[in-house]
Amino acid sequence: MSGSGISRRRLLGLGAAAAVAGATAVEGVGLAVRRGDGEPAAAPGTAIPFHGDHQAGIATPVQDRLHIAAFDLTTTDRAALVGLLQRWTTAAAQVTTGADVGSGALPATVQAPPDDTGEAMGLPDSRLTLTFGFGPGAFELAGRDRFGLRSHRPDALADLPRFSGDVLDPARGGGDLVVQACADDPQVAVHAIRNLARLGFGDAAVRWSQLGFGKTSSTSPAEATPRNLFGFKDGTNNIAGDDAAALRQHVWADRGDGSDWMHGGSYLVARRIAMTVETWDRSSLVEQEQITGRHKGSGAPLGGTAEHGAVDVAALPRDSHVAIAHPSANDGHRILRRGYSFVDGSDGLGHLDAGLFFIAFCRDPRTQYVPLQRRLSSNDAMAEYLRHTGSGLWAVPPGVDPGGYWGQSLLEA
Amino acid sequence: MPRLALAALLVAVTATACGGSATTSGSGSAGSAPVGSAGTVETVAEGAPALEVVSTDTQCTPSVASVTAGTVVVRTTARTSEATELYVERPDGSVVAERANVEPGASEDMVVELPPGDYVLRCKPGKTGLGVTAEVSAAGGTISAADPRAAAAVAGYRAFVLAGSKSSLAITTKLAAAIEKGDVRAAKSLYAPSRVGWESLEPVAESFGDLDPKMDLREADLEAGQKWTGWHVIEKTLWTQNTTAGLTPVVTDLLANLKVLVQRVPQAPITAVSMANGAKELLDEVATGKVTGEEEVFSHTDLVDFQANLDGAREAFELLTPMAIAADAALVATLTPRFDAVQTELDRFSRGSGFVSYDTVGPADRKKLADVVDALAEPLSRLAASVAT
Repeated sequence: MSGSGISRRRLLGLGAAAAVAGATAVEGVGLAVRRGDGEPAAAPGTAIPFHGDHQAGIATPVQDRLHIAAFDLTTTDRAALVGLLQRWTTAAAQVTTGADVGSGALPATVQAPPDDTGEAMGLPDSRLTLTFGFGPGAFELAGRDRFGLRSHRPDALADLPRFSGDVLDPARGGGDLVVQACADDPQVAVHAIRNLARLGFGDAAVRWSQLGFGKTSSTSPAEATPRNLFGFKDGTNNIAGDDAAALRQHVWADRGDGSDWMHGGSYLVARRIAMTVETWDRSSLVEQEQITGRHKGSGAPLGGTAEHGAVDVAALPRDSHVAIAHPSANDGHRILRRGYSFVDGSDGLGHLDAGLFFIAFCRDPRTQYVPLQRRLSSNDAMAEYLRHTGSGLWAVPPGVDPGGYWGQSLLEA
Repeated sequence: MPRLALAALLVAVTATACGGSATTSGSGSAGSAPVGSAGTVETVAEGAPALEVVSTDTQCTPSVASVTAGTVVVRTTARTSEATELYVERPDGSVVAERANVEPGASEDMVVELPPGDYVLRCKPGKTGLGVTAEVSAAGGTISAADPRAAAAVAGYRAFVLAGSKSSLAITTKLAAAIEKGDVRAAKSLYAPSRVGWESLEPVAESFGDLDPKMDLREADLEAGQKWTGWHVIEKTLWTQNTTAGLTPVVTDLLANLKVLVQRVPQAPITAVSMANGAKELLDEVATGKVTGEEEVFSHTDLVDFQANLDGAREAFELLTPMAIAADAALVATLTPRFDAVQTELDRFSRGSGFVSYDTVGPADRKKLADVVDALAEPLSRLAASVAT
């Protein structure tokens, strides 16, 4: 399901049918990967490899759906933490191939609950990726060095400062651990998080979780740029997944950055940004475009005609979103965005509880995200329509080799 | 909580499992019946009972010399001049099951767990003396209770359940007296304690199907047109209206149901697997009813129920430990500290002989309680498989 000229909307509409067709088309070709019920799981080659130098779900193509969960560690035992990460990694390697967890959803022993919860039986891998990170609390919580990891806390994992306009709900932010599940089928993403949560009981408890739909950024420039809930194309200038130089410069942590164990990793910044879509929708098109700094239809910078045309910040309204966020206004710093829209029902006052679940990966949040968000929160005309209600920052360790586990370079440092 | 659905599912079984008349067996059980209340299904009976014992004034005569080991329906038929009793005993004289007070001319059924072995059938016409005996053996079958450790666990648990049901009956009798006197304060102080025994054995009570909805239905679970009875009617009246007015018939009905419970416990179909599933269910009760504060929405005595649920689960676990440790030592090693962790967290809220009112427990503390309950309940869900051999 890569974008080969079919519009994103058409792809979404065809998603379910394509999944079914994919499942039947491969019957009879001896496909190895099977879900618990014996249905062929996926056409070969669509799964995004779990193992590698970097974790999947960062520079890999952005899928359509998100389920991200943050966990609090309830154990204080380092061996238990290692055991948890090993269980999680084993399960993650299974589900990202379209396989079931453990002995599956339909084990021979009926007296025990099945290892796998079962709702993904018959579904393809859906390009599922699972991306894991350590929050500040894994290194130090209220002054306590619970796991003997305090000395390994990267300087770059500094608590985010308070930004102007933050109305953060602690129950929607933070967390000692995070797992980002992205897939083309929301049920596959939910299945992954649910099963990891289950494997975590006793060692880690879900602190919060968030569903997202409709990616708001792409790492594949060939794909049409998706739109956010303001109706604007988002992420036009995102870092491309195949731009190795930009990834090296802006995304992947390096041995020389201060924490050897983070070499090949990255930092995940998440912000739950509520958008007051009702008031936005009452602003005129010209106002919306002035606030954004782009044309709503083409996505081109104001005054331009091509979406990917050069951005002349000086020519844009000074308080427009693009003028403030553009790399040229931020010492050339870029971040890799991977956010999703959300609608969590409504607010009881007749408005949608809607917004953008902003996710960004960067090499050092202190120089990349923090200054950018400082500028946005105090100057961005769009801020009038935004409220940051959740926030989190995690150190995403490097990728996993077969037999290894998430965070091994830290726990065996 | 699917209590009503469960009641509908089990109502057909109750007559067979709990001493209905001879004509009921075979009509409702349809070959299999849930044992325990966690969906564990074991064959109970089809058509006639596996064993019929005819008691006369001088003889005790089984219909067969041998039955298939497992869950066996035993019918006692009294062809006596006075009421009779039947005891099923092990060779060492310990009682597997008893059917008391079968009136002359009547037949009563009971469900008995019979691991392979030899048994003594003891009829006591006139309900006195040593009575007269006969022998029967059990062989074959595929039940877990073939393990003598399972039989010991079941016997221990049955005693616990019986003690709990009797405790609830005794305290509810005091509650009834307070209600009769119009003593609201005394009634309030007896309400939560009267439920402790019940809450510790609730999965067994739920296995009867009919009692739980009559005794423990919450207002939120009422169906349209359904008459609301049981503890929570008393709770709502005492706490929202501060009166005992109108509660005498409610508590009288509750007492009658508790007496039925006490009477049924000796015949309750209990297996090692149903004990393990019951323990898990008690934690489910905690997770869905107590931690949320939905169980005692007026009195806020949820933590008293929480402790009773935990005690019931722990009792089952400890009785099953000798079996479980052989099959899955790691599981037992995990469960023990996690039971302790729940108790430690719960202890933070104990006050005097009880607990703080649950409406004073804030969201952060409720989350901590939920976390330790989840941490216990997840591995506890694997206990049943470890004792199902």
